[in-house]
Parts: sequence; C-alpha cells; structure tokens
Amino acid sequence: MNFKHKYLFLLPGLLVLLGILIFPIGFTVRLSLSSWDSFYPALDFIGLDNYVRLFTDDKRFWEAFGRLSLLSLTTVFLQYVIGFSLALMVWKEIVFQRFFRVLFLIPMMTTPVIMTVIWRTFFHESLGPVNDLLSYFDVTPLWLSSELLAKFTVILVEVWQWTPFMFLLLLAGLLSLPKEPFLAASIDGAGPIRTFVYVTFPLMAPISIGAIIIRLIEASKIMDTVYVLTSGGPGTATETSSFYIFIKGLREFQFGYSAALSFTYLIIMIISLTIIAKILVKLMVRGN
Amino acid sequence: MGLLYTCLKYLVVSLWSIFVIAPFLWAISTSFKDFQSVTNGATYIPWVDFEPTLEGWRALWKSPAKGGVDIVEPFFNSIFVTCAGSLISILLGTLAAYALSRFTFKAGFIRNSDITFFFISQRIMPPVVLAIPFFIMLGKFALLDTLLGLIVVYIVLLMPIAVWIMVDFFNKVPREIDETALIDGCNPYQAFYKVVLPNSIPGIIVAGMFCLIFGWTDFFFSFILTFTEVQLLPVAIVALNSSITPWWSLSAAALVSVAPLIAVAFVVERYLSKGNLSGALK
Repeated sequence: MNFKHKYLFLLPGLLVLLGILIFPIGFTVRLSLSSWDSFYPALDFIGLDNYVRLFTDDKRFWEAFGRLSLLSLTTVFLQYVIGFSLALMVWKEIVFQRFFRVLFLIPMMTTPVIMTVIWRTFFHESLGPVNDLLSYFDVTPLWLSSELLAKFTVILVEVWQWTPFMFLLLLAGLLSLPKEPFLAASIDGAGPIRTFVYVTFPLMAPISIGAIIIRLIEASKIMDTVYVLTSGGPGTATETSSFYIFIKGLREFQFGYSAALSFTYLIIMIISLTIIAKILVKLMVRGN
Repeated sequence: MGLLYTCLKYLVVSLWSIFVIAPFLWAISTSFKDFQSVTNGATYIPWVDFEPTLEGWRALWKSPAKGGVDIVEPFFNSIFVTCAGSLISILLGTLAAYALSRFTFKAGFIRNSDITFFFISQRIMPPVVLAIPFFIMLGKFALLDTLLGLIVVYIVLLMPIAVWIMVDFFNKVPREIDETALIDGCNPYQAFYKVVLPNSIPGIIVAGMFCLIFGWTDFFFSFILTFTEVQLLPVAIVALNSSITPWWSLSAAALVSVAPLIAVAFVVERYLSKGNLSGALK
C-alpha cells in the first residue's frame, strides 16, 4: 500500500517540528561561534574560541558533567531496581492490587518543581518533620547544606518522582508477557527465584533496556529539582550540566559561551547514550 | 519460603506507600497552619499539635495586594496551554505516526526509522539548550510572554511523545483493517478516519495522558519565556518559594496544582489493567 497522499499524513507534523526547531538548532551553532554577552550583544565571529575555552579552561563544566553522570546513573539504577521490585509485587495477586497500582503511579503525575518545594519544607533543617523526628535521636543532619547529604537529598527526591515511570513501563511489560514460559517453568518445578532468573528477567530484557534508556534521557535533563532544592549548592555540590549552562546563559548572559556548552553537551550525550544502549543490550541479552 | 516472601512483599509495599504519601500528608497538614505553628517547629496533627486555620487556602483567591497569592489565573492558563499543546501534538503526531507505520519513505539515505528517530530524539535536548534560541525567536515574533508562544514551545516538547507512543500502537493494529477498507472503496483518508482511528482510541488516550503529564509538569520553559502578563501555575508557586516563604499557602497551592493529574493516575491504571498499555508502551 503506497500512494502519493502519504506525505499529507507525515508532512504536517514533520514540518511543524522542523519549522520550530531548525532556527533554535542552527542559531545555537552560530551563537557558539560568537562572543555574544550582556556587554556586547552582537553576533560577531570569533571562530572556535569558545570551544577552546571550554576544553582548556573550564574545569567547572567537566565537574558538573561528572556530577550529572553520577546523579543520573545512580537515580536510574535505583529507580530500575525499586520499580522492577514493585512491579513484580503488584503484578500477581495482592490485596488492594488496584489501590497500590494507582498509588505507585501518583508521584509521576505531580509537577517536579512543586513537589520539590514541598520536599524543601520536608527537609528543612530546623522546621521540617524529618529533623524533628531525628532530633529524638539527637541527630539533625544538614540535608540541604552539607555537600554529601545535598546530593543524597536530590537523589531521594528524583527517585520518589520518577520511580513510578519505570514502574509503569515495567508493569505494562510484565502484563504483556506470554503465559506459556511460566507454565513450563512451574511444570519443571522451578521456584520463584529460579523462575525470575531464567524466565521473567530474560523475557523482560528488551523492555528493561528501553525503560532504562528512556529514563536516562529524561534524568540527564535534571534541572528543576536542583534549581528549587539546592540551587546547585552548597557551593557547586549539586550543580549539573543543565544547571551550569543555565547559570552561564541566563544568569550571567554569556549567550555565546553557553551555546558552545550546550552544543558540546548535546554531542557528548548522544555519543554516551548510544554507548550505554549498546552495553545494556550486550549485558542483558547475551548474559542470559 | 512462600510465607516469608509474602511477608517481605507486604513490608516493602507498605514502606514504599508511606514514602509516596509522606510529602502529601505533610503538605495537607501544613496548609492548615499559620505563621505561629510553622515557626514553632514541626507539628503534625491539627487540633492536637496546632490550631488549624483556613488562611492558607483563603489566600489562593486573594489578590497579592491583599497579601494573597492568587493562583486562579495561572491555574486556568496552565490548563489552557497544556490542553491546547497536547491536542495539537496528538493531532499532528497521530497523522505522522500513521504515515510512518504504514507507508515507506525514502529520501537519499533517510528511511522511516530515521524519521521516527528524528521525532523521538527531540526528547534528548535539555530544555536549557533550547531556552535561549526560543527566547530570541519568540521575541522576534512578539510571542514572548504570551500563551500562544508557550503553546508553540509545548508542541516541540509533546509531539515526540505522541509520535513515540502512536508509531508503536499503529504497528500493532493489523494492516488488514485498512486494506479491507480500501478494497471496500474507501479512499485513504476515509480508511484512516472511519476505520483505523476508531480502532486506535486506546492508543490515543494513552498518548494524550502522557502529553498532559509532561505538559502540565513542565516548569522551565514557562519560567524562561513568560514574565508578567502570563503566568503558569508552577512558576507562580515557585515564585512563592523565594520570598519570605508562606508555607501554608504554598502547601495549599501545591495541593491544588497536583490534584487534577491525580485523576489521570486512575485512568492510566485502568488502561494498564485492561492490557491496553502494553501495546502502547514499548
């Protein structure tokens, strides 16, 4: 089935998206070759100076990128383990099954920044409930203003917010699995652990890979949570790439330099996501 | 073994439930407090720990001049932008997804899968990368600080999601359906409109849900691209966070903003249990 009208289906969407995106992308590349900032707002041409500065004289960007890798890999790993466990638990018979399924989905329906505002009051160091309860044990950790704990708090909020997404994708996957392999396993007398290792997990491998990649893409954009919770602080302890680009571009108005940061960041992301996808496919499919 | 697993299962599920509910309970409790009960340290149960008031909730209607926070207008702005953006994205996304699922496109080295990837790959872009060019572009068209400008941006944000879900969905709708319709004398548009579309409602609903979720929860673009004329709900609420924080109205406003989408959780669960999601999400 092939006819000339097929373009009428495809083109409206494609052209709208291209039309809205072509300028921003082209402009970012062009901007990255200029020195546009608040003192001198013009599209001059300075060649690759911004990129030279980025690769030779900007430790902060690379530190932010390292921090982003640490934060996003940790949160996605935790989300996968917790999301998969929860999905397995409400997959088969459990009382209040639908109640738990709805409840576990709710965090992803909430606006991250708004919930982060609530989390900020929750972890408030003198007025929040967490430290109030912990004060019975005579500890009052500085959740938001010590370097290590601020990272922990960001991870905790991200896990709360986005584990449901992982849970949803994995539960949808579990519910679509064929029944026969499980029957065969139970006839062979396999216990729950063996069934999981030899049947459920291998069958879920493709879905797992998809879910992890999707979450990594979304997690790499982490920004709202950091902005409200810690503003990248204390110091730069929770500053991620997005947040650093935001500071350079929209706080210090170094448009040209931040465009160079953005472009470099995008290229690194595309390359690293491709590599991660390849590694995951190898680990999950070959390993079994 | 069986008993141990069951105990463990209920323990984990209950612990996670508590973790999920905790911030909401805290927000509900805080929304009934006043200055005194917030600054005296953490308290939990109304009437026992503190004297509840409705001040936090009343402030949501009052104008800022009277010490309120007025989230009524941002609330409706948010609804309008989210719904308009989602509708356009679903419409264009569904058409494009249908084309990508049914017809073959060839242009040089570009194939169907490349076009699909182009749509979906837009999700990799962090908002901050697009923010500055969008800022300048919308400024050129006098769309900064308008609802229309935000809708344009939301289409970029949401169409990839619609295409991603709908391509997979259409791939699962048997081709015979459209072929029979064509043999019966429908033209391709009629075949799509009368036969394929009615069979795709579950997929469209799921895609719509996801567009609503990602549209409603966006903060960054409305934060950068609007200032005073137009304000969306998340921006209005986060703005409260920076001033001398009135925790009570902050919590009340947060609960109001979170409420509409909790209904979405119920719908998503329905489709999940019926098995419709497994086709739509892969």
